[in-house]
Amino acid sequence: MSTIYYYLSTSWHWSVSGALIALTMFLLLYAGRTFGVSSNLRTMCAIAGAGKRHEFFRIDWKEQRWNLMFIGGAVIGGFLAFFVFPNPDPVKISAATVTWLEGLGVTPPAATGTSSSYVPPELFATDQIFTLRGLVSLVGGGILIGFGTRWAGGCTSGHAISGLSNLQLPSLIAVVGFFIGGLLMSWVFLPYILSL
Amino acid sequence: MKKLFYYLLLGTFFGFVMTKSEAISWYRIQEMFRFESFHMYGIIGTAVVLGAIGIALMKRFDLKTYNGAELSLKDKDYSIPRYLFGGTIFGLGWALTGACPGPMFTLLGQGIWAIGIVILSATLGTYCYGALRSRLPH
Repeated sequence: MSTIYYYLSTSWHWSVSGALIALTMFLLLYAGRTFGVSSNLRTMCAIAGAGKRHEFFRIDWKEQRWNLMFIGGAVIGGFLAFFVFPNPDPVKISAATVTWLEGLGVTPPAATGTSSSYVPPELFATDQIFTLRGLVSLVGGGILIGFGTRWAGGCTSGHAISGLSNLQLPSLIAVVGFFIGGLLMSWVFLPYILSL
Repeated sequence: MKKLFYYLLLGTFFGFVMTKSEAISWYRIQEMFRFESFHMYGIIGTAVVLGAIGIALMKRFDLKTYNGAELSLKDKDYSIPRYLFGGTIFGLGWALTGACPGPMFTLLGQGIWAIGIVILSATLGTYCYGALRSRLPH
C-alpha cells in the first residue's frame, strides 16, 4: 500500500508521463473526440453571450459539454495530485536554471511552503494579483495565450500533441511559432517583466 | 450523463498526469525554453512518437469509435500566417505564465488562485480574437 502511495505521490519519469498523455489522446479519439483544451475558451465566450456580438461565437456550446467536463476533471486531478498525493520533493530543475532564477531574484522550487510548489511566488502568490508585475504577467500572459491559441487554431494539446501525432504540417508551423514566442519571452522579455 | 462522467474521469486522469509529469510547472517551462533539461522534450517527444504510431495503426486497421463512427482526424487547412503568428503570440504567453490551457485548470485545482486571473484573461484574449478575426491574416 505504501509503495502504491509512493508512486502516486512522487514525480514521474518523462517517458511514463508522455505515454499517459498519448493514452489520454487515444481515449478521446475512441470516444469520437479530439484532444484540444483551448477550444474551451471559445465555448466559455459563447456561454457568456459573445455570440450576440460576433459570429465566431455563434456555436452550439452544448456540443462542447464533454470538453468542459474534461477541464473540470483536470481541476480535480490537480487537486488530488497536489493535496491527496503531494510530492514530498521539489521540482528537480537543472542547476543551470536554478542559477538563472536566483540571478533574477526568483525563488527556486519549493524553497518555501509545505508541499512542493510548481510555480514561483513572485508571480503566483495571491497578493501578486495586485502588483504591477503580477498584473502584467497574469493578465498580459493570459490575453496572449487566449488570442494566440485561437488564431493558431490550437494549443499544446491540439497542435503539439494531436496535430503532430497526425503528421499535420500546419501543427508543425504552429509549434515553431510556439518556440519563437517562448524563446523571445524567456530570453528577452521575462527579465524585464520580473524586475517590474 | 454517463458519457459526460467518462470525460470528467479522463480529465481527472489528465490533471493528475500533468501534475506528476511536472509539465504544469512554470519552472519546467523556463527550463525547456532555456534548453537546460531534456525533461519537457522527453514528455512531448514520447507523447508524439507513441501518438503517431498509434494513429498510424488506427488508420491502417480502420479503427472506429466506440459507436462505430469515423475517428475525428480531420486534416488541417494549410496556410502559414495564422499558425506562425498565432503560434508566436501563444508562445509568448506560454513562457510568461508557464501555463498552457490544460495546466491552467490543473493549477486552479492546486489552489493557485492567481491562475484564475490567467484563465479569465485567456478567455478575454479569445474574445478579442473572435472580434478581430475578419481583419487578421489566416
